[in-house]
Amino acid sequence: MSIFLNENSKVIVQGMTGSEGRKHTQRMLASGTAVVGGVNPSKAGQSVDFDGTSVPVFGSVAEAVKDTGADVSVVFVPPKFAKDAVMEALDAEIGMCVVITEGIPVHDSTSFYAHSQGGSTRLVGPNCPGLISPGRSNVGIIPATIAPNPGRIGLVSKSGTLTYQMMYELRDIGFSTAVGIGGDPVVGTTHIDCLQAFQDDPETEAIVMIGEIGGDAEERAADFIRANVTKPVVGYVAGFTAPEGKTMGHAGAIVSGSAGTAQAKKEALEAAGVRVGKTPSETARLMREVVG
Amino acid sequence: MDLFEYQARDLLASHGVPVLPGGVAETPEQAEAIAREIGAPVVVKAQVKTGGRGKAGGVKLAGDAEEARARAQDILGLDIKGHITHRVMVAQASDIAEEYYFSYLLDRANRTFLAMASVEGGMDIEQLAVERPEALARVPVDATVGVDTAKAAEIVDAAGFPAEVRDQVVAIAVQLWDVFRGEDATLVEVNPLAKAPDGTVLALDAKVTLDENADFRHPEHAQLADAASANPLEAAAKERGLNYVKLEGQVGIIGNGAGLVMSTLDVVAYAGEEFGGVRPANFLDIGGGASAQVMADGLHIILSDPDVTSVFVNVFGGITSCDAVADGIVSALGMLGDEATKPLVVRLDGNNVEEGRRILAEAAHPLVTVVDTMDGAARRAAELAA
Repeated sequence: MSIFLNENSKVIVQGMTGSEGRKHTQRMLASGTAVVGGVNPSKAGQSVDFDGTSVPVFGSVAEAVKDTGADVSVVFVPPKFAKDAVMEALDAEIGMCVVITEGIPVHDSTSFYAHSQGGSTRLVGPNCPGLISPGRSNVGIIPATIAPNPGRIGLVSKSGTLTYQMMYELRDIGFSTAVGIGGDPVVGTTHIDCLQAFQDDPETEAIVMIGEIGGDAEERAADFIRANVTKPVVGYVAGFTAPEGKTMGHAGAIVSGSAGTAQAKKEALEAAGVRVGKTPSETARLMREVVG
Repeated sequence: MDLFEYQARDLLASHGVPVLPGGVAETPEQAEAIAREIGAPVVVKAQVKTGGRGKAGGVKLAGDAEEARARAQDILGLDIKGHITHRVMVAQASDIAEEYYFSYLLDRANRTFLAMASVEGGMDIEQLAVERPEALARVPVDATVGVDTAKAAEIVDAAGFPAEVRDQVVAIAVQLWDVFRGEDATLVEVNPLAKAPDGTVLALDAKVTLDENADFRHPEHAQLADAASANPLEAAAKERGLNYVKLEGQVGIIGNGAGLVMSTLDVVAYAGEEFGGVRPANFLDIGGGASAQVMADGLHIILSDPDVTSVFVNVFGGITSCDAVADGIVSALGMLGDEATKPLVVRLDGNNVEEGRRILAEAAHPLVTVVDTMDGAARRAAELAA
């Protein structure tokens, strides 16, 4: 088992014919993902060759879903056009829409998040590396080679590179699923959604949760863990040295006044029984102690 | 990007929100001229992006144009919580009968927009929210619907605005939404929204934060950037398209990915405790590519920081392989030549790490030390900086 993504997932790529989309479609295919189509209204009916695998291009998400039975869409469309692309995926009622694009205006992401509420689509991102269920499927840009084998740890993170770092440190144990939820102020799938899914997934034995400054998602996750998660959770929070009022790379990574500090997040997690590492390596060591 | 008060005022006015006449001055002479034009008495207000300027002596009343000039003279150059005052706003002084509060903002926790309004404006709204939460109406705004007259009336009535100003405030609420939506703001806050003795409602002071991710829709926002107050290193980094934040410390940091770089700063700060409180000097995320040119640009910025005494390059090769990163570091050092004078600690991990380390070992640059772990490399960089 894994969460959100498995060997039966059929994936379409919105923006497959762009340079980023093309590069990562190649990588997703190479890691065994069933990429069944791309979407580009101006190239409908064509197909793109990826080392001998021909992937058809459809005029719309709805057509691609109808023709291929796709249940996952991944969005590489540039920020300017991302809102329309995501809205289209939501309107096609695809099972999951993973938005990789960085730099989407928050008025656009807040609109498509609002539109996703009450619908049937799981929204992941934006500004995220996507998710991987090693050995089964890989949607987004997480390098499948870091931790190629399925395993017992579930991972949820706001940060792409910290996801890679943690997967690398624990690659011998392996992951059921690693989900990069994204570093924007408004994202679809949250730490809590992933914690719930990992709690319900029989294959996941322990969970590593990576947070960073900004907002109160980690504090909410801590409350959720206290009430609902019986599996061990190990945590890491980045940004203790971040000054107030400065955006640290991710649009959502900002301490505003006294809100959103790493210290508050760490304390909330520890109060919920989560062991929080001081560095990524120490966090990996804590996870080793937990899973033995 | 946070705007200055005068920029926020102009933006509000351009969307029809009623504001008082006024202008911005960079010299006492300009302040005098504005006061003469709009008519005394005037208020001279320091334009700094921080609160508490009244207490710091940054807001003064002037009875005539000559006095406006003298007050501008006092305020220009004033240091308010580390912000130097380069401009003052000269605005008509108005008598205030009542002070209200109105804002739209992004509510991250609920992933929606929020309108907040109160008939008890003027004071610190965070304090009001804590002490008398019932006096602050909080009304969620659906991003796909927005604020029309009916929604504005719902907000205004929730806050209990008096009947004699209700229609005016409803109209202003719609105009402020037009600012918030139309300008891609994440905050539009009017405090106070004031009722003058003649019953007219005006925006007396405003804070606006714009979403830089939406700059592609607003080329005109570029002119709002405050070049004068920007840190010169941050400005130089921005010109080169680098994601850089200047901090107070000694260890220059280069890494890939926002999360990993934030983590690197923390790990260096922990390690630095052992060496007399050595701290990271900056945040610099060079992104996934880490090409030689980007690495050289990053190193150039960091080495031009006089506070930096050692540099920590922390890269996890995910999509990029470590051999490409190592090549990038070696070529960057070649490009910088004599400019590279400070010790560099490099930690590489991930994709093709052995080859990356081999390249660095072979280059054997006298300034470069390779350490295998992030924690160990942070410690070494802190030690070299101390």
